[in-house]
Amino acid sequence: MPQKNKNEDGLKRTINDVEITDPLVLECGETLTKHEIIYETYGELNESRSNAVLICHALSGNHHAAGLNEDGVSGWWDNYIGPGKPIDTNLFHVISITNIGSCFGSTGPATINTATGKFWGASFPALEVSDWVKSQKMLMDVLKIKTWLAVIGGSLGGMQAMEWSVLYPDCVKSSVIIAASLKLSAQNIAFNEIARRSIQSDENFNNGDYLNLGLTPSKGLALARMVGHITYLSDDILGEKFGRSLKNSDSNDEKKRNIEFQISSYLNYQGDKFTKHFDANSYILITKMLDMFNFEGNSTQNNQVFKTSKCKFLVISFSSDWRFSPECSEKIVQHLIDEKKNVTYLRIQSNKGHDSFLLPNERYENGLSLFLTQTLAENTDFLA
Amino acid sequence: MIDNKILHSWITNKSRVLDLGCGDGEILCSLKTQNEIDGYGFEIDPKHIEACISKGVNVIEYDLNTGLENIKDKSFDYIIMSHTLQTLRFPNLILNEMLRIGGKCIVTFPNFGYWRVRLSLLLKGEMPVTKDLNHQWYDTPNIHFFTYRDFETLCKKEGINILKRDFVGSNHSAVLRKINPNLFAQTAVYLLSGA
Repeated sequence: MPQKNKNEDGLKRTINDVEITDPLVLECGETLTKHEIIYETYGELNESRSNAVLICHALSGNHHAAGLNEDGVSGWWDNYIGPGKPIDTNLFHVISITNIGSCFGSTGPATINTATGKFWGASFPALEVSDWVKSQKMLMDVLKIKTWLAVIGGSLGGMQAMEWSVLYPDCVKSSVIIAASLKLSAQNIAFNEIARRSIQSDENFNNGDYLNLGLTPSKGLALARMVGHITYLSDDILGEKFGRSLKNSDSNDEKKRNIEFQISSYLNYQGDKFTKHFDANSYILITKMLDMFNFEGNSTQNNQVFKTSKCKFLVISFSSDWRFSPECSEKIVQHLIDEKKNVTYLRIQSNKGHDSFLLPNERYENGLSLFLTQTLAENTDFLA
Repeated sequence: MIDNKILHSWITNKSRVLDLGCGDGEILCSLKTQNEIDGYGFEIDPKHIEACISKGVNVIEYDLNTGLENIKDKSFDYIIMSHTLQTLRFPNLILNEMLRIGGKCIVTFPNFGYWRVRLSLLLKGEMPVTKDLNHQWYDTPNIHFFTYRDFETLCKKEGINILKRDFVGSNHSAVLRKINPNLFAQTAVYLLSGA
């Protein structure tokens, strides 16, 4: 089948920038007196403002989730957002933002701290998932949207979808938690620590003040991404894609000193590519945010972690995901059932590891699509 | 569906129900409307799961053969298992688990003592293929064949109380079913409780 030019399918895409002028008090105790959020929208908001859907990105995601941007780059979740796609922009008004602390235009370590006139760098305050959600709520208020028909996210995005359901129960009709977890395991934290140490060991890092010195710790950041990237894929899919095939078979190289495997070349390429658009301080900040996330730690009594939530839930896991395994999702489901919440759970067969949540998969697409259209129907009946 | 009528009358309104092997969610959907229950279904078949989602039924993708050990004692008022017991590896184990996690259990299954089934084996010497048992022996999901008498023997052995039972079949055989349910009931429906 010929590849359609994505925006020729009629996707209505806008890119926007908002300055939030109310102070945001962060979990760490510090306050952002104002902050900037960059976001994209797809599809149109209906008259009753009841068809808005919030997309929450993961560690390296950003506001550009669907369609082609000005540089001709496809959005990170273009497989799922668009006209006729599971998150159908003919039905929903989709909002995708870059969260604070990341590095795609919203306030973060790679932006200027107006108080000092210098890059924030490592002095940017520590963040928690709930801080992202509070900042998203401030944007929601600016946009005069009262309820999200759905808050949807994979991985760290799923953690935001969980937080939304308990922090602002009246603002959420449904929460879609994909390939996520109630908290990180020691193994998850260990991988994140290797990533951080790798960045901090780079000679250009300068305790995180590198931007003010005109430097970038690219070697460290590339290595960090390479380690992370392996954990997003499965042994199976790496074997299927690369196996043991070699990149170069130089007949002059008799002593086989320059042999490079395809997987090595791929990983190096991914690592280097990542340094072109991602900031090392943001990587440290957001991996720490992941490590700190502990939804069960929020429980007040009887281990009721979803106590305040009123929405319905869709939880999705992937069989080969070893970053946040199906068992992690099933713990979320267990909590939801015990706490008498409405929940649907899909355990999707896939050999593509954690990254499955970004990739085409018929069952995953059908499940998400049916759940969202059913949610829309339930809430349309309610309004009429 | 006649099974559902029995369920509506047996299940207390506003109770918490878990349907194991909930299929397309039809039972939960009608219990939600008629008995205002708060329900969940466990299901493994992707097409059935999608049908549940479209009905707004809470469905959990789950392989019942992995057991129910993660579910806490007495989490539900009723556990329903409709036409699924005969497909599971260890029906005796799952029955006891159902009684652990639920106050009462409702089990329905195809009665292998039904006369058409018996006749088929007796006369044709072939494993029966009927409306209720519409698979060949080699591709059937039904891996246990038992009659309602076999089921009651198991209940007795496991100390399971039979609170109510009903037999379902075609309308014209209603009288015969009263006389000899094992011969004239296609489907048996039981309400059970633990010892």
